[in-house]
Amino acid sequence: MAGLWYRLGPIVTVVLAIFVLWYGATVALNAAWAQDKAKRAGVELTFSELVADTMSQKKPKLPAPHQVGQEIWKTTGEMVAKGRAFSKRSLLYHSTVTLSSTLLGFAMGTALGIALAVGIVYNRTMDMSVMPWVIASQTIPILAIAPMIIVVLNAVGISGLLPKAVISMYLSFFPVVVGMVKGLRSPDHMQLDQMKTWNATSGQEFWKLRLPSSMPYLFTSLKIAMAASLVGAIVGELPTGAVAGLGARLLAGSYYGQTIQIWSALITAAALAATLVGIIGLMQSVVLKRMGMVR
Amino acid sequence: MTWVIAGFAIWALGWWLNVMLSRRPKTRATGLAVPIIFGVTIILIWECMVRGLEISPVLLPPPSMIAARFAASTGILWQDFVQTVIKGALSGYILGCGSAFLIAILIDRFPFLQRGLLPVGNFVAALPIIGMAPILVMWFGFDWQSKAAVVVVMVFFPMLVNTVQGLQATDHMQRDLMRTYAASYGQTLVKLRLPAAMPFIFNGLKIATTLALIGAIVAEFFGSPIKGMGFRISTSVGQLALDLVWAEIVVAAVVGSAFYGGVALLEKAVTFWHPSQRG
Repeated sequence: MAGLWYRLGPIVTVVLAIFVLWYGATVALNAAWAQDKAKRAGVELTFSELVADTMSQKKPKLPAPHQVGQEIWKTTGEMVAKGRAFSKRSLLYHSTVTLSSTLLGFAMGTALGIALAVGIVYNRTMDMSVMPWVIASQTIPILAIAPMIIVVLNAVGISGLLPKAVISMYLSFFPVVVGMVKGLRSPDHMQLDQMKTWNATSGQEFWKLRLPSSMPYLFTSLKIAMAASLVGAIVGELPTGAVAGLGARLLAGSYYGQTIQIWSALITAAALAATLVGIIGLMQSVVLKRMGMVR
Repeated sequence: MTWVIAGFAIWALGWWLNVMLSRRPKTRATGLAVPIIFGVTIILIWECMVRGLEISPVLLPPPSMIAARFAASTGILWQDFVQTVIKGALSGYILGCGSAFLIAILIDRFPFLQRGLLPVGNFVAALPIIGMAPILVMWFGFDWQSKAAVVVVMVFFPMLVNTVQGLQATDHMQRDLMRTYAASYGQTLVKLRLPAAMPFIFNGLKIATTLALIGAIVAEFFGSPIKGMGFRISTSVGQLALDLVWAEIVVAAVVGSAFYGGVALLEKAVTFWHPSQRG
């Protein structure tokens, strides 16, 4: 029990501190508007009234956590209860839109990343010519050209899921390439020599030695790739004109000053990211345990 | 048709050159030449294919057209560069990395904070922080201050996590030695632990360079004055002036690479002792 408190205690304290700070900031940031309103109505606010007002404004500068919680519940749980889980106003609908392009982009990015990594490890020319460009490609702020990718692909007649997934793919292939190159090169000389003495073909060497020993690297990269892929999907939704998806909710919220809507979309995105990364973490521990690679 | 054939010929030539070069023992010259030949080949193939297949310049302008546009609109590009990179990204980068560095040293002093903030920081670093952009634009207005704020939020956590990890990178033997020298906390920090943390700190700084540019540009999608790279990209896409968009992308790419390269050079100078730099 003491060990549990040792590990969780500080985390709980920090999270609680964040909530306290959040509520404090809510009062501080929204007080001006509340005072303004009171002045125009010609009433004097007591401190408790002021605090109550700052936490129940319709368009606050910073919504209180419980307001965001209520909004999330209103757009998810209540919608489900009414049987309209996938109506246009439901966050579940928008989350699935974002989730589908995230997952498609992630799958494409992972496939591309692994293919490039295999090429780089097995082909010296590719190693020398492609690898520097893979690294350079990430210094280009790719998210900046997201609008162009969407518009151009739209003009060619490709619309919907794929353009967003392309952006996710671009963001997610890089960590996979870097991780897999490192992983596929991780067997040392001794192990490679052992494969040689067993007269293994290069195919066998790949499937039985290089690929298995790259797994820890792969999973670490996949976690980064998944988070990046979600960011790509969200930003990819911005230029489509705020139709559907969590990014669209963010944009629509910022157009109309609906701060509560922005925060609820943001928290949902965060929860989505945490869940997706968590799932990969779970797969990692199961797979590595089965492979006997847990240190 | 000749353009398409020329494209294939250039491809074959570039391929052949690179295979030849990479068969030779790797030197500094070939290590530089091979990727450059690869890049030049891609650009030439791009030019030939766009001309040969008559792709509309609205969809994909050829490199020559982008270069012409770049030369013709250096004024606009410079104005956008100052607004986005110097005012938005750079000030946010310095503020964000600086404050993360100071807070990391503070955290390091108190193990309780360390055990609490590090998991939370790791968690936050994986979240789509870019989503904070609309909120910060609302708080700090449309001008560069809000972009700097977005950059601060984006670079803070990766930098924090890396610095805290770096400060733990010394082993017991080294710290014990400092104790036998009767070194104070400050002396141990400055003479042992900060130098040992430098590879980690530079890792954080390098990650933060790309994040800073992304943050500054994407924040402009949510509202900006009538200048800035993100603003120019989103409006020019609307006007289908893709050559100007590509010119902005060239600027972004050059700035991003230079920024990253600069930090990497600095790293080389500071952490010359580290095994990864000696090779």
